[in-house]
Amino acid sequence: MAAPSAVLQSEWTKVRSVRSTVWTLVAALGATVVISGLLCLLTNVQWKNIDEGGRATFDPTTTSLSGLILGQLALIVFGVLVISSEYSTGMIRTSLAAVPQRGTFYAAKVAVTGVLALVVGMSTSFLSFFIGQALLGSHNTSISDTGVLRAVFGGGVYMTLMVLFAVGVATILRSPMLSLGILMPFFFLISPILAAVPGAKIVARYFPDRAGSKIMQVVAVDDGRPYGPWTGLLIMAAWVAAALIGGYVSLKRRDA
Amino acid sequence: MIELQALTKRYGSKTAVDHLSFSVRPGVVTGFLGPNGAGKSTTMRMILGLDNPTSGDVTIDGKHYAQLSDPFTYIGALLDAKAMHGGRSAYNHLLCLAQANRIPRARVDEVLETVGLTAVAKQRSKGFSLGMGQRLGIAGALLGDPKILMFDEPVNGLDPEGIHWIRNLMKSLAAQGRTVFVSSHLMSEMALTAEHLIVIGRGQLLADTSMADFIEQNSRSYVRVRTPQPEQLKDALAVAGLTPVEVEDGSLELQDADTAKIGELAAANQLVLHELSPQRASLEEAFMRLTAESVEYHAGVPSEAGQPAGQQPEGPSAPAWGAAWQEQQDKKQKKGKS
Amino acid sequence: MIEAAGLTKRYGAKTAVYNLSFQVRPGAVTGFLGPNGSGKSTTMRMILGLDAPSEGRATIGGLPYRELPNAPRRVGALLDAKAVHGGRSARQHLLCVAQLSGIPARRVDEVLGVVGLQEVAHRRSKGFSLGMGQRLGIAGALLGDPEVLLFDEPVNGLDPEGIHWVRNLMRRLASEGRTVFVSSHLMSEMALTADHLIVIGRGQLLADMSVKDFIAHNSAGYALVRTPDDPAQGEKLTAALTKAGGHAQAEPDGRLRVSGLELRQISELAHEADVRLWELSPHQASLEEAYMRMTNNAVDYRSTQDRRAGLAPMTEVVR
Repeated sequence: MAAPSAVLQSEWTKVRSVRSTVWTLVAALGATVVISGLLCLLTNVQWKNIDEGGRATFDPTTTSLSGLILGQLALIVFGVLVISSEYSTGMIRTSLAAVPQRGTFYAAKVAVTGVLALVVGMSTSFLSFFIGQALLGSHNTSISDTGVLRAVFGGGVYMTLMVLFAVGVATILRSPMLSLGILMPFFFLISPILAAVPGAKIVARYFPDRAGSKIMQVVAVDDGRPYGPWTGLLIMAAWVAAALIGGYVSLKRRDA
Repeated sequence: MIELQALTKRYGSKTAVDHLSFSVRPGVVTGFLGPNGAGKSTTMRMILGLDNPTSGDVTIDGKHYAQLSDPFTYIGALLDAKAMHGGRSAYNHLLCLAQANRIPRARVDEVLETVGLTAVAKQRSKGFSLGMGQRLGIAGALLGDPKILMFDEPVNGLDPEGIHWIRNLMKSLAAQGRTVFVSSHLMSEMALTAEHLIVIGRGQLLADTSMADFIEQNSRSYVRVRTPQPEQLKDALAVAGLTPVEVEDGSLELQDADTAKIGELAAANQLVLHELSPQRASLEEAFMRLTAESVEYHAGVPSEAGQPAGQQPEGPSAPAWGAAWQEQQDKKQKKGKS
Repeated sequence: MIEAAGLTKRYGAKTAVYNLSFQVRPGAVTGFLGPNGSGKSTTMRMILGLDAPSEGRATIGGLPYRELPNAPRRVGALLDAKAVHGGRSARQHLLCVAQLSGIPARRVDEVLGVVGLQEVAHRRSKGFSLGMGQRLGIAGALLGDPEVLLFDEPVNGLDPEGIHWVRNLMRRLASEGRTVFVSSHLMSEMALTADHLIVIGRGQLLADMSVKDFIAHNSAGYALVRTPDDPAQGEKLTAALTKAGGHAQAEPDGRLRVSGLELRQISELAHEADVRLWELSPHQASLEEAYMRMTNNAVDYRSTQDRRAGLAPMTEVVR
C-alpha cells in the first residue's frame, strides 16, 4: 500500500510547484486584509455620521474581518483548483496510477490542502484583525476582550472549512468551470441575497457560510439565527463533512 | 506478466471491451493493435486500475493494480503525454510522482537526462512541444525502473532520432527480460519493434500470435523470380505444376512457393536466375486483411464504445475507409491475375 | 510548383533558416525531412505567407502566397489540425472557410464525403478525436481543389486504415498532376509515400533528390544469398565471390550477406562455380537508416540556438 508520508510529500510538491495555486492564497490574504482595512478606515473617518443604533451594534472585530466576503472567493478558487486541475489537465490518470489507493490519495490531498488553508487562514484572520483595529483608531477593540480571540481564531477555522468545502464539491463535479460556476455565484450573491429575503431567510441561515460566519461575531446581535457561534461553525463543518464524503465516494467509485 | 481474464467493460448498452483474455509476457515486445475505437485505451486503463471493469479480471503478476505498493517501481506507463499540469515544471512533475512512490530524487535527474530534457527541466511544461511532452511522459514511465512497461502511441510527436531511440529502448528493455506492451497505429513502426502481437477489434480479441505467424496467417506470401530466360523457366515450372504470374517489370511471381524448390528446378534445367527472393507481406497488409475480414466490424454501426465519456467515436466514417481499401485490393488482385 | 530561392529567416540573433533553395515539382509526392528545430515549420510558414522571410523568396506558381489571386483555390494546407473552433460543427467550419474563398457549398459536402466525415458533419468539432480532427483538416485543405498541397504531419493520430488512406490520397493527388509537399518525422511512412526528398538540418539544405537516389547515396545495398545446406557449397561460393571483388559475410541464419556485387554477377559466379542458389534477394537499407547515416555525417546539426530544439539527444538507458 502507498506510504501515507510519501503521498503527503507528493501532494505538497504538487501544491507548491504551481505558481497560480500559490497566488490564489496570496490573493485571499490580500483581498481580506485590504478590504477589511478599508472598511475600518472608512468607519473611523465616518464615525460621526453613524447613528446611535449603528454605534450600539458596531462590531469592530467583524468589521476588521469583513474583507472575507471577497477573500473567501479566492479561497474557493484554491480549493477547487487543487483537485479539479487534475481532471482538466488529465493529470488525474497519472496521479491515480502513481497512487491507486484512492482513499490514501484523497486523504493526502485533503490534508495538505487543509493544513495550508489553516496556516493561510489563521495568518489572514489575525493580520486582518490587527491591521483593522489599528485603522479603527479609538473605536477598536482588543484581542483580550471577551469573545474576540474566539472570533479571530474562528475566522481562521472558517476559511479552512471554506477551502475544504470547495475541495469536496470540486471532487464531485470534476470540472473547474462547473465547480467555480456554482460555488462563486452561490457564496458571493445567492447566499447573501437569500439571507436578506424574508421567506428564504429561514433556510439561508443554515447555509455553510451563513452558519459559519457567526463565529466571527462578537457583539451580540439579534439577527434571528437560532444558534451560537460554535454551533454555527459546527453546522458549517457538517456541510464540509458531507462534501468531503461525497467527494471520496465519487472518486472511489467512478472511472478516472 | 499482465494477465487478462474475460475482461469486459460496458458503458450503458455499449460494450467497449468484450471478454478479453490474453497474457503479456516478459522478454518480448508485445504489440497491441486495433483500429480506433477497438478498446485498446480502455483496456490499458483497466490494467492500471483507472477504469473499473464491468466483469472479468486483470492482474499484474497475480495482483490487482491497487494492491501494488509503489506501483511505478513495478509498472511504468505512458498513456497520454499531455496529461500533466502545464503550470508545473518537468522536474517537479516527475518529482511528485517519484515521491509518491518512494523513488529517490536522484532518479528524477537520471531519467531527465536519459530522455534529453535536462536543459528544460525547470521550465513549465505548458510551453513544451508535443515531442518534449512525449519525452517527459517516457521519463515518467522509466522513473521507477519497472519490470513492466506500457506505452500507448510512444512515437507520437518524436523526430526521427527520437523514434529510432524509443524503438531501440523498447527492444533493449524487453531483451533485459522486462515486459513491454506497446499500442500503436503505425504498422510500419510496429513491424520493426514488436515480436508478439495482440490484435483486437470491436472490443474482442482477433489475434494473439507471434509477428511472423500473424503475417503468415493473414497474408499471402510469394516468391519473386527474375531470369534472363523467362520462357524456359516458365516451361520448367509448368512441368512441376507451378504457374507464375507475370509482372509488368519483367519478373515472375509465384504464390506460396518454396525458394529452394525453385532454385533446384532452375539449376536442374541449367537456368540462370538473377533474383530469387521470398516476399513477405507487410504487417500493415496482414492487419488490414484481418480487420477487413471481420465483416460485422465494417458494415453499419461502429464500435463507439471504445471511447471514454466526452469523446466522439471515429466509428461512422470507418466503413468508408475500409471499403475503399478493400476495393483497391480487389482491383490489384484482378490485375495480377490477368 | 513551389520554389524557395535563397530563403533566409532570422529571429534576432538566431538564424532559423539560411539560404534555402529548392523546388517542389508537380506530379510527385515530395517529402520534407529534418529533425525538430531544423526549420521545417518555419519554411512551410514562409511558403504560406504566414511569416515574411528575412531574405530570399518563397513562391508558389511563381508568386509569393500573399500575391496569389484567390490563394485558397490554388493552395491547400494542413498545418495544425486543432486550429478549429470547437463550438462549430465540422460542416459549419468548412462552410466558413469555403465562403471566405468563394467556394460553393456543395464542395463542402463533397470533401466531407472524400474524408469520410459526412455522418458526423453536424457534430461540434470539440468532441472530435485527434484522428477526426485530422480528417477535418485534410478536408479543409482539399476544399478549393487546389493544385498545390502542403501537409505537416498528416497521419498524426490516425489509425492504420486512416494512415493507409492518407498515403493513398497523397499519391493519388500527385498522380493527378498536383504538387504535394509533405513534412513528417515518420521515416517508415515517408518511405512508402514520397517520391522525392528535401532534407534540411540547422536551417540549411542537406539533400534534394529522389528517394531511391537518397537511399543509394547514403547506404549500401546488399544481397542475401542462400545455398543448399551442404557447407562445401557455401564455401565454394564465398571464395568465388571474394575473388571477384565482393564481400561475403555469413549471417546467423545461415545466409550470406553479399555486398559489392550486383545480383546478376552473383548469379553468374554461382553458376560458374556450379553452386545452386536457393535464395538470391536484393536488400536496400531503409530510408531511416539512410537518413540517420546522412544526418550523422552532416555538420553537427543538433545544437541549434533554438533552445527548444537544442534538446539533448536521447541517451542509452544506463543500467
